[in-house]
Amino acid sequence: MPKLNLNRVEMPRQEPKKRGKNFQEVAMGYTPGMAKEEALRCIQCPKRPCMTGCPVMVDIPDFVKALSEGNLPEAVKALKRKNALPGICGRVCPQETQCEAVCTLAKKGAPVAIGRLERFVADWERTSKPETSPAPETPPAPPSGKKVAVVGSGPAGLTAAADLAKLGHAVTMFEALHVPGGVLMYGIPEFRLPKEIVRNEVDYVASLGVDIRLDSVVGKLATLDELLGDGFHAVFLGTGAGLPMFMNIPGENLNGIYSANEFLTRVNLMKAYLFPQYDTPVKIGKKVSVIGAGNVAMDSARCALRLGAEEVNIVYRRSREEMPARKEELENAEEEGIEFKLLTNPKRFIGNDKNWVTALECYQMELGEPDASGRRRPVVKPGSEFIMETDVVIVALGTTPNPLIAQTSKGLETTHHGTVVADEVTGRTKKPGVWAGGDIVTGAATVISAMGAGKRAAADIDKYLRS
Amino acid sequence: MYKILEREDLTSNVHAYRIEAPAVARKARPGQFVVIRVDENGERIPLTIADWDEQEGSVTVAVQEVGTTTHRLAELKTGDAIANFVGPLGLPTEIEHYGTVVCVAGGFAVAVVYPIARALRQAGNKVISILGARNKSLLFWEDELRSVSDELIVTTDDGSYGRKGLVTEPLKELISVDKKVDRVIAIGPSIMMKFCALTSKPFGVKTVVSLNPIMVDGTGMCGCCRVSVGGVTRFACVDGPDFDGHQVDWDLLLARQRTYIDEEKLSFEQWLQKHAAAVK
Repeated sequence: MPKLNLNRVEMPRQEPKKRGKNFQEVAMGYTPGMAKEEALRCIQCPKRPCMTGCPVMVDIPDFVKALSEGNLPEAVKALKRKNALPGICGRVCPQETQCEAVCTLAKKGAPVAIGRLERFVADWERTSKPETSPAPETPPAPPSGKKVAVVGSGPAGLTAAADLAKLGHAVTMFEALHVPGGVLMYGIPEFRLPKEIVRNEVDYVASLGVDIRLDSVVGKLATLDELLGDGFHAVFLGTGAGLPMFMNIPGENLNGIYSANEFLTRVNLMKAYLFPQYDTPVKIGKKVSVIGAGNVAMDSARCALRLGAEEVNIVYRRSREEMPARKEELENAEEEGIEFKLLTNPKRFIGNDKNWVTALECYQMELGEPDASGRRRPVVKPGSEFIMETDVVIVALGTTPNPLIAQTSKGLETTHHGTVVADEVTGRTKKPGVWAGGDIVTGAATVISAMGAGKRAAADIDKYLRS
Repeated sequence: MYKILEREDLTSNVHAYRIEAPAVARKARPGQFVVIRVDENGERIPLTIADWDEQEGSVTVAVQEVGTTTHRLAELKTGDAIANFVGPLGLPTEIEHYGTVVCVAGGFAVAVVYPIARALRQAGNKVISILGARNKSLLFWEDELRSVSDELIVTTDDGSYGRKGLVTEPLKELISVDKKVDRVIAIGPSIMMKFCALTSKPFGVKTVVSLNPIMVDGTGMCGCCRVSVGGVTRFACVDGPDFDGHQVDWDLLLARQRTYIDEEKLSFEQWLQKHAAAVK
């Protein structure tokens, strides 16, 4: 047996000083040599634990092996067998808590960099096609004669649509916005997930025969019953968690206070960073405060920095340990100069006579006993209020599902959090003929978990349509 | 792309566009709105639906030239197309049999009030409409509004047509003298709606207004359009656009509408330069 190689190949990144001023991708990807070197570190262990760590069960050892042998067309085939969106997953999946966490080499502290390899393979396919792009492994199934409506074109919808189309069903995907991709387009910034990659993978899903209808708000244009009565045999709901949460503290409607959804939509979807070449504006603050410490908060902070803010602070009520963002994103943010105001929680927003925000009044917090989430509960330090000047605030405290469809549809059960009740495995809702998956069921989570839900629902819809 | 079946110039700077959108036409109700985008570089703006024709599959919107987007739209003619047209969004105006309803239309909002007045009349209400504009040249659809009203009062600020003065004057007379008004619907510039609401408030006559804050997606996703009504934050795009005018925090709405005043100016100046170059 060859000696274990525990030297994970690092991926080149743009220098922090430089990248903080542009919207180009931070991580630049492996060179072919780096990819091969990293792929060769995989010991092809018989248990294949990495696959069980992946919500869509990608045949990881197979694509890594093909890559290590320099057979890129084969690597693409193996990767796309389970995952229609590898260029996206290779960039935004939290591999460190999934496939890489259970890699046999993780015990030695150096798991195979599966995410970086996935990204390399997907990028190779995108940039080298059409000449060398491999034909799909399995030809599509013969038409089943069944029609399925997929509502929402984010990660869950795209995955369900791709799988259902491959199985021979006629799929129509409805998207409310003017571009497909959902959170991949409006939420995740260009420097973390270039929109060209998303467009490319959406094109792949369309190439499978999926009919994508933009500008189509289901719930307004048609209710679920109308879809089911209009020739669709099944409906999959993947409309995500699009409703922003606010803090409900005084001053929250001052000018200059954004939800992260609004800020990111303006910047990413509407390209406000190219204003006035593009018509949609966004306020470029001098001193920006981002409330919250998840991935969306990091994305918002780093966008604000790139727009030209002089100072960007993450304001978080717990300590560094409890920050929910990926470690990699925290480090990226910190390297770029984002500052963390920890154990700090806003009490109110202060504005001027023109209704513009000028400051936050904050409490200092300390950590008490663990709460229901297992994290130590932050409690206010009495008399600790202090003033933090700011001219733009971005509230990134999470999102809940948009109630638009549930409100207009009878028989769809929802929880008091607004999420749709669906079977954890199959995605079946309480309404016959309707499935749901992704953030609409779980509340805000990850791209890959939504994809996993889309995949499982597609399999169950197929079973239902054939029974 | 969504084809402009017909463009009609209602005044020198207000245009009606009948746009091909069969799916929207099937579902449109009075008081709802659409979000449009003129082209790939364009922003998303909300426009209240003025009329629709299910048979033809068309929806009509009226647009006043104000900033970059509306001027860009004004460059388009019959047969051209716009990039995006999404709707019908928001909740429809509540239409019931109330008794006597006064419909106040300020400026180009007559286009929006027209289908509401029509629906109210069909529901058995006595409809008294007040149509106001700064001067005669800004008036349009007077006959249309008259055709769906039991009575129509026209006002102009300068007295160039109809009664001289603001819409709030006849409104106050109708409410205070007749005392038979059961509901007021006031739609127009925010400042007009504010003063209509202030006029009716002492008399306790329910006054419905249609708010027009800045929006992005129009489906409840961004929270840009948040307004304060009765001390509670609401999203105009999904909770409205109609609200109880007596409960609205008007100063907040007016301030938030000015959020991008500098950027709007910059964008428009750039458009003017480009436009001048193109005309040459």
